[in-house]
Amino acid sequence: MLIALFADIHANRQAFSACLDDARARGARRFVLLGDYVGYGADPEWAVATTMALVADGARAVRGNHDHAVSKPRESMNVEATVAIEWTRGELGKPARDFLACLPLTATEEDRLYVHAEASSPESFGYVASTADAARSIQATRAQVTFCGHIHRPAVYSLSAAAKMTAFTPVTDVPIPLLPGRRWLIVAGSVGQPRDGNPAASWLLLDTAKREVTFRRTPYDVEAAANAIRAKGLPPSLAERLSRGA
Amino acid sequence: MVKPTLEPGTVIDGFRLEELIHRGGMAELWRVTRAVGDPPMLMKVPLIKEGSDPATIVGFEMEQMIMPRLSGPHVPKFIAAGDFAVQPHIVMERIGGTSLLPRLKELPLPYAEVAALGVKIATALDALHRQHVVHLDIKPSNIVLRPTGEAVLLDYGLSHHAQLPDLMQEEFRVPFGTAPYMSPEQLKGDRTDPRSDQFALGVLLYFFSTGVRPFGEGETLRAMRRRLWRDPEPPRKLRADYPPWLQEIVLRCLEVEPSWRYPTAAQLAFALGHPDQVKLTQRSERMSRDSFRVVMRRRFNTDLKQASRKADVTAQLASAPIVAAAVDISADASLNEALRVTTRRILATLPAARLACLNVNRVHRLALDTTLDQSGHSKQIDRLVALRAWAEPLKLDGARLTVHVLEAVDPADAILDFARSNTIDHLLIGARDPSFTRSLLGSVSAKVAAEAGCSVTIVRPPRAD
Repeated sequence: MLIALFADIHANRQAFSACLDDARARGARRFVLLGDYVGYGADPEWAVATTMALVADGARAVRGNHDHAVSKPRESMNVEATVAIEWTRGELGKPARDFLACLPLTATEEDRLYVHAEASSPESFGYVASTADAARSIQATRAQVTFCGHIHRPAVYSLSAAAKMTAFTPVTDVPIPLLPGRRWLIVAGSVGQPRDGNPAASWLLLDTAKREVTFRRTPYDVEAAANAIRAKGLPPSLAERLSRGA
Repeated sequence: MVKPTLEPGTVIDGFRLEELIHRGGMAELWRVTRAVGDPPMLMKVPLIKEGSDPATIVGFEMEQMIMPRLSGPHVPKFIAAGDFAVQPHIVMERIGGTSLLPRLKELPLPYAEVAALGVKIATALDALHRQHVVHLDIKPSNIVLRPTGEAVLLDYGLSHHAQLPDLMQEEFRVPFGTAPYMSPEQLKGDRTDPRSDQFALGVLLYFFSTGVRPFGEGETLRAMRRRLWRDPEPPRKLRADYPPWLQEIVLRCLEVEPSWRYPTAAQLAFALGHPDQVKLTQRSERMSRDSFRVVMRRRFNTDLKQASRKADVTAQLASAPIVAAAVDISADASLNEALRVTTRRILATLPAARLACLNVNRVHRLALDTTLDQSGHSKQIDRLVALRAWAEPLKLDGARLTVHVLEAVDPADAILDFARSNTIDHLLIGARDPSFTRSLLGSVSAKVAAEAGCSVTIVRPPRAD
């Protein structure tokens, strides 16, 4: 079966709908959502409604730090993110806010773990930025493959039977075999705000039969998403960074 | 993980083990069968025992990742792989021929045979590099010639795939490979440069043409590291009749600095296939090794060399194509000028590209052609001179330019054949004016454009209006 995994959608309607269309066109039958549906972008209500509909249809979803911040203000966010979340609180109705507050921090399916950030302490929302972070995450779980997001840059880590780590920056559209002899941490890029220099929306396609994961990029109408951010009076830097993918 | 001993008759994933062909330190090779009509097949089973070398496992994982992604005549066709948790194995096509290993008894081989072998291996390497893979263990036992002639490269356990995680890189801090063939950069831990395979092929060509290994057989790290500063004996010192062009090629492959070797394996194959066009530098003249002083400077002044940057297999291949221009000497001057302008544009962006200029001497199907004209002049030489004159304004270094006069009944077939056998990346050809000949014979450029396996640019003179 083909499963599409999306992380860090960040209320970017144009990017998320383009990814959903692309995933369906490529035969994805199931969806997994790795958190951060809101924050930064201009369409939080739509993003949450779409996520709720997917979950009602059988998708798995976990909670991200921005989703968390909607109901529990956190101080560790930067200024732009804080402004965006304050605005988002005034946009989301109660059902949407309740939905986000009730999402689990982790979800498991067969030998896979879904989590927004580093898995040894999901509620701390730590970044997986190095092999050391990845090793800590892998060793804290029993899953053979962990999928996370949060850092907005695609990466692949694996831990061998001899306890050695490998790190790799994936190449778009080249399937990576998830060899059963080792344990994997797959870091998805971001749908709604990529930060690896490529503005196209980033997501994953997992083939459970072949045990292969493919990193995909879907171009979308960046200009429309940026204009929407400006139109809502959100910090202009949030609009501007979309076209740079930074 | 204790495995039962395999024996003939055992069935694994539907494959029946028939005969143990080879038992090495890391794996067993079995001839296997499955169903009637299957091609001859081989199963490779890693020997994973308690306390066995982790390299065995990681090498096998790499091979399981890489082999299913390879295609073409230069790799064994992948058929199936077994689950690591049950019984790891890889089933692949069994190549009819034998490896180059038994040939070691016959060394040194005749120079022409070494060059012909080199063309085949370099062509196979080029095909592999184009699939984003650096082999990193090129040696006689890993090369098999198909009955149809193509070289097949075996054993991807140490290979690097530029688009897949490199499990070897992180696992082992010591270099892995076969000591006599390992490149200097591999010794320093760089597994990403396709030119490392060129170095190993250089070792093989040196060995096959002289009977001596250029860097000995030392297996210790210390012995292996000596190749970083100590140049091998020039082959001409070992064999008095050694051709300078072959020494030029072999020593260029063995350069310590990867960027001093050929930019691509395709360009190496091209050089080996056209000995008369090899530019002879000081390499070809060497009769002795570098002096003690030179060697000591190399050994201790390593900081003169810039730190090698990470090579990207794909980018490197793309920057060093072989471009061929088919020049019709008798064509209109404006067309030949346009062809030259287009050629210059393409070469300007790619300093590592090389240009092959072609001209076809059309011979008649029945009449006996003479190669001399009425006054006893060689037409062949005239055409070579004309080709060089056409290319002269491009001001290309001799190492980047070759000229070729092909003799053929059908010019298009000759150009297509040249492009195929020399792995040309891009062909430039002039379009003819609509004329009597074209309507009668069909257009050469149209046929070339339709049938070539590479990119073709059809050049027209600028519009007069």
